[in-house]
Amino acid sequence: MSSKASILAAIKGLNMKEKPLPEIPDFDVAPDLIEAYTHSLNGNKGTVVSKEELEQLIAETGFPKIYSSSPSFATFTNCELPQHPADFADLDLAIIEGQFASAENAAIWLDESNLDLRAIPFITAHLVIVIKKENIVGNMHEAYKRIGATKSGFGVFIAGPSKTADIEQSLVVGAHGAMSLRVVIL
Amino acid sequence: MSHPENATVFLKDKERAKWHDDTLWIVRQKRDVTIHQIPEWEKLRELASQIKDHTLSKLDFYLEELEKNATANGIKVHWAENAEEHNKIIGKILDEKNCKAIVKSKSILTEECHLNPFLEEKGIEVVDTDLGERIIQFLKQPPSHIVMPAIHLKKSDISDIFHEKLHTEKGNVDPVYLTHAARLHLREKFLQAKVAITGVNFAIAETGEFVVCTNEGNADMGVHLADTHIACMGIEKLIPRRKDLGVFLRLLARSATGQSITNYNSHFRSPSPGKELHLILVNNGRTKQLAREKFRNSLKCIRCGACMNTCPIYRRSGGFSYGSTVPGPIGSILSPGIDLKKYSTLPFASTLCGSCTDVCPVKINIHEQLYEWRQEITKAQGASLKGLSMKLANGIFKSPLAYKVSGKLMRASLKTLPDSIIYNPLNAWGKGRNLPNLPEESFKDWYKKNRNK
Repeated sequence: MSSKASILAAIKGLNMKEKPLPEIPDFDVAPDLIEAYTHSLNGNKGTVVSKEELEQLIAETGFPKIYSSSPSFATFTNCELPQHPADFADLDLAIIEGQFASAENAAIWLDESNLDLRAIPFITAHLVIVIKKENIVGNMHEAYKRIGATKSGFGVFIAGPSKTADIEQSLVVGAHGAMSLRVVIL
Repeated sequence: MSHPENATVFLKDKERAKWHDDTLWIVRQKRDVTIHQIPEWEKLRELASQIKDHTLSKLDFYLEELEKNATANGIKVHWAENAEEHNKIIGKILDEKNCKAIVKSKSILTEECHLNPFLEEKGIEVVDTDLGERIIQFLKQPPSHIVMPAIHLKKSDISDIFHEKLHTEKGNVDPVYLTHAARLHLREKFLQAKVAITGVNFAIAETGEFVVCTNEGNADMGVHLADTHIACMGIEKLIPRRKDLGVFLRLLARSATGQSITNYNSHFRSPSPGKELHLILVNNGRTKQLAREKFRNSLKCIRCGACMNTCPIYRRSGGFSYGSTVPGPIGSILSPGIDLKKYSTLPFASTLCGSCTDVCPVKINIHEQLYEWRQEITKAQGASLKGLSMKLANGIFKSPLAYKVSGKLMRASLKTLPDSIIYNPLNAWGKGRNLPNLPEESFKDWYKKNRNK
C-alpha cells in the first residue's frame, strides 16, 4: 500500500463524526483606518511617509541602485530588471505598489501582478510600498474578502521590515531582508 | 533522562534560570497587551478551534482536496508515512538535482524527522537560516523553544560562537553587530543555494496553496533565489478555506510574541516559471494521535508557543529538560503519543494550573490532557509508590483512631526527621521544596483546651 493510501485509510477507519465548519462573522473595525494603519505600522517598525518625504529622502540619500515598479515613482528606476533575482543582491531601494492593506496589523497584500520578480521585496536593502488610502481595510477578514478567489502563483502580506529578536530578545531590524519599510499612502 | 533530572541541570545556574523565567514572562505579558486590543479575541479562539475540529473530523477529505488542487497548480505533492520516508523523499530530490548544499527556514517537522543529520550523512551542507536556528546549529544544539529556538542563550554565548564561526570581534555582544554579521554570512548562502526547504504554517485545501510566516524574511530569501522549493508539513496543518487564514493569522503572532502579525506571510500556490515546488505531507504518528479520542484535539496546535511562555514549569526548567522535539505543555501531550516510555515524565512536568489552556489560541484543553496522560502512564507502569501512600492515607482517614494517632506521630516525626530523608535523590518531591513549620499542637488538642474558656 502506498503511504497516501495507508494515511487515508487510517483516517477513514476512524469513522469520525463530522463537526460543523463555522462561518466567520464581521467584526467592528477602527473608525479612522489611516490612523489605525499608521499606528500598526509603527508597531512593526515601519513608517508612513508622504510622497514628498520619499522624494526628498531619495534625493538626499542617493541610493545607487533603485528599481520602481510603481508608476507614481517610475522616474527613479535606474537599472534593468535582471533575469535572475540574485542579480538584484545589490539593489538599494525597491518601490512597489501594494493592492490593499489591513489597518489592524499594517499588513499589505501583494501578488505576482505587483512583483516583477518574487524576490524583490525581500532582497532589496530598503523597501517602499505604495498604497491608496481607499484601499485600507479594517482587518484580516476584510483583507481576505478582497483577495477572494483571485489566482496568483505567489502572494504575500508584508507588514514591516525584516526583523529578529533571536539574540536575547533584543529587537534588531534588518535580519536578512529589507532593512526598512516605508509606506506611502496616496 | 527524566524531566526532573534535566531540570536540575538547568537550575544549577540560578541566575540564568531566573533570567530565562523573566524573559519568557515578558513575552507572555506582550501577548496579553496585544490581545486586549482585540475585543473579539475569545470569539476568534472559538472560531479557530471549531475550524480545526471540523478539519480534523474530515481530514482524509481535505488532504485529498489539497493534493488535487495543489497538483493542478503545478505543485508536486508527496506523501510520507514516517520520518524516514520524509527524509528519503528529500534525499531523492536533492540527488536528482545533484545538490550538495541547501538552505532551510524554520521547520519543527524537519527537527522531528531529524532531517539535518540525515542530509549531513549524505554529505549535504544544511544551513538553517533563521537567526536563532543558525546560532544553535553552530552550537550543535536542538531548539529549546519552537518560536524562539535560542531563548536559552545569552548574548555572550552568541558572541563567543560567532567569534569562532564568523570571526566577529571577540567580546562584542551588541545584538545589532551580531545580527549584521549573520546577515552577511547568510546572504552568501542564500545566493548560492539551488534548493530551499521550508516548513508550512497553514495549507489550504480549497486553493491548494500553503502559507509560511516569518519575521526575518529568511524563508522567502531562500525560496525565491533557489530553483527548487521543498515544503514539509504535518498532515494536521490543513485548513479548509482561504478565508480561514483571516482567523489564524490574527491569532498566531499575537499569541506567539505579542506582535499583531509576522512581517512576512507568504502564500505559495504555484512555482515561478521554470522552477519546481514540492510539498511533502507527513504522518509520522499523527493518525495514531487522531485515533486517541481524548488526545485528538492536540492536533489543532498551530505551534505559537504561547503555552511555553506562560508555563511556570517550562520557564523554570528550560526547553531541553523535556528532551522532546516540541517542549513545554503542548510537547508534553504530543510526545507521549509518540513514545510513552521515553516521555513518561513529561505529563508530570506541570502544576496543572491550566494557564496553557487559557492562552491556547485554538483552545486545546492542554492541562486536562496532561492529567489524562498521567492516568495512562500510571496504568502502564502499574501501582506507583505514590499510589501506595494514597492507599495508606485512605485507611487512616477511614478510622478515627488511626487518624488521631497518626497525626501525633506525624507531628513528632516531622520535627525529628533527618533532612536526608526528605532531601535525598530518591525523593524528587523534596527538590526545591521545604517542609512546613509545625504547630506545637493539633487543632483538635487546641480546641479541647480552649472550648471551655
